[in-house]
Formats: sequence, structure tokens, C-alpha cells
Amino acid sequence: MSTPPIIGARIPQLGAREKVTGQAVYTDDMKLPGMLYGAILRSPHAHARIKRIDTSKARALPGVKDVVTGDDTLKVAYGNWRLVPDIQDEYVLAVDKVRYVGDEVAAVCALDADTARRACELIEVEYEVLPAVFSVEEALAEGAPTIRAEKPGNLSLTREIEYGGVDEAFTRAEYVREDTFRVPTVSHAYLEPCSALAAPDEGGRVTLWTSTQTPYIVQVLLAKTLGLPENHVRVIKPQVGGGFGGKMELRTWEFCAAFMALRTGRPVKFTLTRADELAYGRRRHAMVLRSKIGLTRDGVILAKDLDVLLDSGGYNAMGATATFLVGNFGAMLYRIPAYRYLGRYVYTNNPPASAMRGFGAPQALFAGECQLNMVAEELGIDPIELRIRNAMQAGDSVPGVATARTCGFREALEKVRDASGWVEKRARKRPGKGIGVAGCSFISGGVFNWFDTKYHFTSCEVRVFEDGTAHLLTMASDIGQGSDTVLRQILAAELGIDIHKIRLTAGDTAVTPKADLGTWGSRVTLMAGNAVLDAARKIKEMLAGVLFMEYDLNQIHDVAFAGDRVFVRAKPKRGMDFGECVYKALRGRRGEPLTAFGYYTPRDKGLVTPAFSFGAQVIEVEVDEDTGVVSVEQVHTAHDSGVPINTMAVEGQLEGSIHMGLGYALSEELITVEGRVRNATFLDYRIPAAEDMPPSASYEIVTRDPEGPYGAKEAGEGLVSPTAPAIAEAIWDAVGVRSDTLPITPQRVLEGLGKL
Amino acid sequence: MRGKASEPGGQKTLPVAKRVLELTVNGDRYEVAVEPWTSLAQVLRDELRLTGTKVGCNEGDCGACTVLVDGRSVSSCLYLAVEAEGRDVTTIEGLAETPDTLHPLQEAFIEHGGLQCGFCTGGMLMSSAFLLSHTPEPDEGEIRRGLSGNLCRCTGYNKIVESVDAAAKRLAADEGGTA
Ligand code: FES
Ligand code: FES
Repeated sequence: MSTPPIIGARIPQLGAREKVTGQAVYTDDMKLPGMLYGAILRSPHAHARIKRIDTSKARALPGVKDVVTGDDTLKVAYGNWRLVPDIQDEYVLAVDKVRYVGDEVAAVCALDADTARRACELIEVEYEVLPAVFSVEEALAEGAPTIRAEKPGNLSLTREIEYGGVDEAFTRAEYVREDTFRVPTVSHAYLEPCSALAAPDEGGRVTLWTSTQTPYIVQVLLAKTLGLPENHVRVIKPQVGGGFGGKMELRTWEFCAAFMALRTGRPVKFTLTRADELAYGRRRHAMVLRSKIGLTRDGVILAKDLDVLLDSGGYNAMGATATFLVGNFGAMLYRIPAYRYLGRYVYTNNPPASAMRGFGAPQALFAGECQLNMVAEELGIDPIELRIRNAMQAGDSVPGVATARTCGFREALEKVRDASGWVEKRARKRPGKGIGVAGCSFISGGVFNWFDTKYHFTSCEVRVFEDGTAHLLTMASDIGQGSDTVLRQILAAELGIDIHKIRLTAGDTAVTPKADLGTWGSRVTLMAGNAVLDAARKIKEMLAGVLFMEYDLNQIHDVAFAGDRVFVRAKPKRGMDFGECVYKALRGRRGEPLTAFGYYTPRDKGLVTPAFSFGAQVIEVEVDEDTGVVSVEQVHTAHDSGVPINTMAVEGQLEGSIHMGLGYALSEELITVEGRVRNATFLDYRIPAAEDMPPSASYEIVTRDPEGPYGAKEAGEGLVSPTAPAIAEAIWDAVGVRSDTLPITPQRVLEGLGKL
Repeated sequence: MRGKASEPGGQKTLPVAKRVLELTVNGDRYEVAVEPWTSLAQVLRDELRLTGTKVGCNEGDCGACTVLVDGRSVSSCLYLAVEAEGRDVTTIEGLAETPDTLHPLQEAFIEHGGLQCGFCTGGMLMSSAFLLSHTPEPDEGEIRRGLSGNLCRCTGYNKIVESVDAAAKRLAADEGGTA
């Protein structure tokens, strides 16, 4: 059966008109009658015991309607890792202790925002300041202060992977090298600061509108921290201005908005500032990665040993996942017969890190891909050739973890080599110019059920009507990437109706079917897409019978859905409009509406993901040897994301990933001194601007993954990884400077050149 | 209601007389009472409920709040509302000539994928409109420089640049056609 033309089409987001006219509504755009404004009091100390809090002056300020501290709450620890309660270590408002600068201590709501902020300043908190630690090494040192009583020594989590007899394999290696890499903490820097608005609802219930990637997770954890049945809490995701992993947990302002709405009987809204986001918000993990690799003289990988220290900050957040994924990505891309990984997740008094686009891959692949480029240099093998010799192929497994059923990595490497003129450019050295390569791989949604959901990983409902339209209800969350459009493309393809006839309701926990785990791990297209297919196929079953009745069809016939018609596949003239078919089915059901639920849970798909994407990138740079400034001149990317459902959206993900990868490579770092972020403005925390973006050429390597809807795999995160190692290699090719540390600032380049 | 976060707490407790301003926004006249330090962004969003103007930083660094004042682009988060008195303010809601049509820039952003989450989009469009008002046929470098004050975290800018280029070409062709 051929793929319907709407699959792979370049379809602008269906909500684009609302976005270009300013009509699209984000959380902070909303205002309700009687609404109060919230503000949060944060800890000025990195580590301290709270001895006393006096809120009386704040309460006395005219206009203040409520003040809450940890003592007013249920004091239940919460976190996304419900599967392992010990990992849940966070409180909505500090209980007894604060563990980072910015830890939330109290909240106020008032008639206006200025009054709320002033009231926060009137809250008196007496702290006993405790010794603090700001690096993983300090935190693990003998005699370091304990950040969480349950974890003396500050080692929060350990994860090990081992197979293939690593020590023995290293003894066979003819070439071994070991390197240590350091990557900094960086910000998601989504443009929309977090915002949450809650309103009390009839019968002690509450509704929360919030800028989130995970309405279901917020609903469940909010219910737990409020002490309410889940069904009393309704979470609605309005338009979201980007997330990149930074909006996938319950956050204090969401709780406080709901809690104080219930206490005051009035709507309450919190909106963060950019300084809040950069100084205290979630961030990507800083890591120290020690990697040892052994090969034969002709470049066949025999063994790899990876040891990683991850800086948790004051709380675990999504750290258990990070600790596992770094180890997983350390073993990806190549056939590594013997592999050992030790990941240690270490509490410090820095602001907590958590999920961010690529989750574990940018760090693991910076180390792995840089090291492979060094190996290539020393063995005198071209880096692309070295990769091709070791590249994973379809059917390869990471033992006990996952199988890559489709894999276009080798094709991607060949494509970028040929399209970029690699061979010639590497051979013909031009002063100050260089070219480098790196590869990437990512998951299409996670398999591991850390949230311990009792529902399907994703669900949807499809309703069809006699006017020929359909309604798709899903908890999947479009946070800007365009999944509201992609899911409707899949439904339109399956039902054979015009995409504009599909109404969508998404991300409302009281209305859309339970459940969907949210937008993270590049899971939406594959998982929610499969749920849409499931529901659509059930609807088609309900409709097919109408044709069998109408035309008294022989049992062997098949019914087709295309062009807003339902017809006998072998005799297309025998058929009717989609709406008429629904009408007839409805009559046959004596008025019972046509509606179907669809589900997807990845079962028997290993520990990681049902499908891996792959890619390769070649980057050309020019380095100014006097200033150390690196200009990226051209990016070539080849990408196996399965069958793209929306080509324009896939390109958008690629270009956005290059932007983020470029910042990671050259400019971005939250400079944190004793737990305080020193560059908490967009002026000082520099994300690339329009002038910094290089021209980029991209090539799709189409594989048809058996698990993906129409063969689709992920596109949103994998490509954030190769840019930094490819740039690092290009800088080496240009001026002979290798950097094992990110970002590669002009200063680092000049240091490498011996000029500083 | 987003005042400057850096404002020292004590200062605003003093009762300061609000001033009644007459503002012209997208051709409509409004009367609003504002404090002297209130930003134009805050008045647009909170008082006039024109929420297409976004606040991504409130510090003049991101461009999400860009509007036109007498045809020039300004960061409305840093621009005091009182300064806008007697001037013509255009926001994203007033970019198209009529409510049922789109400006060629808006059409181009949709067609070329110049937006994802949409949070930077209003500001991007207003900066683009200002650019085309003084440089009707910009080359790629001029487009990139014209947008250098507008941050976007989603698109990587290239599709935005393509969108502006396409709109400029279409506008130039329309001009040529009517001349
Ligand atoms: S909100 Fe005005 S420049 Fe960022
Ligand atoms: S589209 Fe999201 S910030 Fe530009």
C-alpha cells in the first residue's frame, strides 16, 4: 500500500496564523477576574538550615492576600521518578534546609505583582549557613558536608553497564588512549519564561494553566503535593514558548498557584523573570567524562571504558535518567564488543540540573566523538573512514539494552563526506580553515517507566461526524515543535480526509484521554502517532461495514479511505463521501456516536527505546589566529529520522538543533561561582543570534522503521549532539588546537595556540 | 504586571500620581492611567490586552517585545509608556492592514516555516517590518543584521531569514506591478 501524499508533505503548522497575528494565547497572556499575582522568596544561601521564618510583616502589607511556607504544606517529597521513591527528594517549598542559591522558601500572592515582590522582601528568614560544595570532586571528597541526610558522601546514584569482557579486550588492543573531557552547564533558554495560573473550581477542585511539556505528570504530582485526588486537579497546557526539556516536572510556582488559589478562593498567577530562569531554572548537566578506548592498529574498536561524574546540583530531578542515558549513548554509533560504564550522580550546592534536549547525548558524544577524532589522527586513518569501519548497522544490539532495527549511520557518513567535498578539503590545507566531522544517534521515545504510570504511555480519542469532519483528542503536548500538526497529518492520512477537517483538543487532563507522558525523549511522533493510528484503524473498522452492506461485497474486498471518500479499493467508483459513510454507520448504531480510543505502550522493546535515529555532520570553520574567534562557515548534515512525516518541521528541528549545538560549542555556559550564576541575562549568557548562524545543507537518509508510524523516527534531539565535536575537530584541522572542554571560547583557542 | 525585577523594593511604596495618557495603538485611541515608570509592553499587555507583544526578558535583550513607534522599532519592555504619548504605536495585532488579511511578512513566515513556538514571532515580524520599511530589498547580511536584536531558540533563524527574503521579493514585485 502506497504512503498517502500528506506523509512527508511540507505543511505549515496549522496554528501558524494565530502565532503570526499575536492571537495565540500563552499562559502569561491570561488574566481572570479577581486574579492575584504571586512571587517567590528564594534562598540567598547555597546550603543552610532554616531556623525560623516570620511572615507577619509580609502579611500585614496592604494588598497581600496569602503567604505560604513549607510549614503550610504537606511536606511530601516528590519528583518524576515515582518508580523509585528514594530518588524523589524535592519539596514544593523548603522543609528545614535549603540546598542551592534560589531554593524556594516561601511564596506570596497579592493584588499586584509589585506588592507581592515587596512582601517577599518583608519575610524574615533566619538561616544557619552550612558549608557548601560546588563541584563533583569537592562533593565526593573525604569530609565533605552532607547535602541530603539519606546520602552521606553526596553520591546520590550510581549506574553501571558492563559486557564483553572489557579488561581482557584491552589486553588485545594494539592502540589505547584515555582522555578526560569537561562540559559545562547550559540553559534551555526557551524564549517564554515559565508561567502558571490556577483557579479554584467547584467542590474544592482546581484548574491550572501552565507552560509545561507534561500536563499529566504535573496533574499527578500536583494532586500528591496538594493531598487531593488526581481527578480534582485539571491541568491545561496553553501555547508553550519552547521547553527543550526544561518544563517537564512539577515546579514550585505551579504548586503555589494552585495551593493559594484554593486557600484564597481567587485565581493566582506566577510568571518568572529571565533572571529567575537563568539563575535558578533547570539546566543541562555539567559532567566530567573520562573515556578510555582500545582498537586494533587498523582502527577496529575492541573496548571502551567510560567513567562519568554528573553534577546534580541540590536535587535529583531527572538525574537518574541522565545517569543511565550517558552510559547508553557512550555505547551507541559503533560496534563496541566490550563496554564498561560507571556513572555517578553527585549532589552539589549548585542549582539542580535536569533534562535538556539530547539528554545525555551531547555530553557522551562530545567525549566519544572528539576522542575518535584523536584516534583517527594518531592511527593515520581518515576520521570518516574510521567511523565507517566501526559503524553500527541495522539489526545491531547494545546488549541487554536495545536493538537498532533500522540504521542509516553509514549512509549518513558517506553522504556528508561526498556532499561536503571532505576528501579534497581535508587534503588541501588552507591557512586558518578547517573541516571536522561527528556522528549522532538518539532515541524515539523512552521505554523505561520511571514515572510508574498505570496507564498507556500515550492515548488518544478520535471522533468522526456525519459532516465529514473528525475530532482528535490527545494529551500529547505541542510546545512549539509542531506535533499538533504532525498528529493530524497521521490521522488525515489514515482516514483519508482533508487535514483542515480535523479539530484538535490537546493537553487538557480533564478532557483528553488518560494518559500521555508528555513531550520529552523525542517520543511524540512515534508514540502518540502510533496511538492515532490505533484509534483511526478502529474507526475505519466501524465504517468499512457500511460499504459491505451497501454493495453486498464479497468477503475478500478491502475498503480504502482517500480524498474524503470511502470506497471499495478494487472498484473505486463504488463508494461514498466520508461524511455519508459516517452518517450511515451512525444510523446503523441507532445514534451511538462513532468514537474510538487508541493507545501505545512500547512492550518488549528493551530498556531504552523502540527506535534510534542516526546522523552525521561535517562542519567547516575559519579560525582567526589573532583573536581566537571561530566562525562556522558551512554545516552539512545527513540524517536518518526514518520517514519524515512533515519535512518542513524536520528541517526546523535540524536547524534549531544546529543553533543549540553551536551555542554549546562556542559560547554558552552558565558561569556559576559558589552556586551563584554570574551571567543571568541574555546579554551575558549568549545564545547565537541570526548573524551567527551558518548556512546549512541537509540530506534525509530515509529508512522505514517498522515501529514508527509510516516508518517515522525521532527528529527533535539527536542533531543537537554532533555540532560541538565536529566544530572541535574543525578547529584542530584549522589551527592544530584540540579542546577537551566546552565552550571553545576565543580565550581557549588562544591558550591552545600558546598566545595567552 | 511585570515591573522591573531589579527595582529596589522600598521605592515604589511612595504614592506616585498616575498620569492619564492618550495612546494611539494600531489606529485605535485609548486612555490609560499609568505610573511614570510603567513600560509600554506592560500597558499593551495588561491594560490594552494586546498580548501578541511578548516579554521574554524585560531587559532589552531578546526582542520579543518589539513594536513600532512612529514607524521605528523599539523594545517596548524598555520604552516608557509615557514616551509613547502622541505617537503612533503599531503592534503585531496591527501589522496586517485589515483583520481578515495578512501582511506579506506574516504569509511568508507561515509558508516558509519561519516560526515554531511562536513566542519570538511577533517581535521578529515587527523588526522585519521595520527593516523592510528602510531597506526594501535587503540582502541576506542585511536581513541577519536587521534581526540581530531578536533572539529565537527554536528555528535556528535560517527559515526566518528565508521568510523575510521571500516577503521582500513579493513586496518588490507587487510594487513593480502597480507602478
Ligand atoms: S522583552 Fe523586551 S527585549 Fe526582551
Ligand atoms: S519560534 Fe520559538 S523562540 Fe522563535
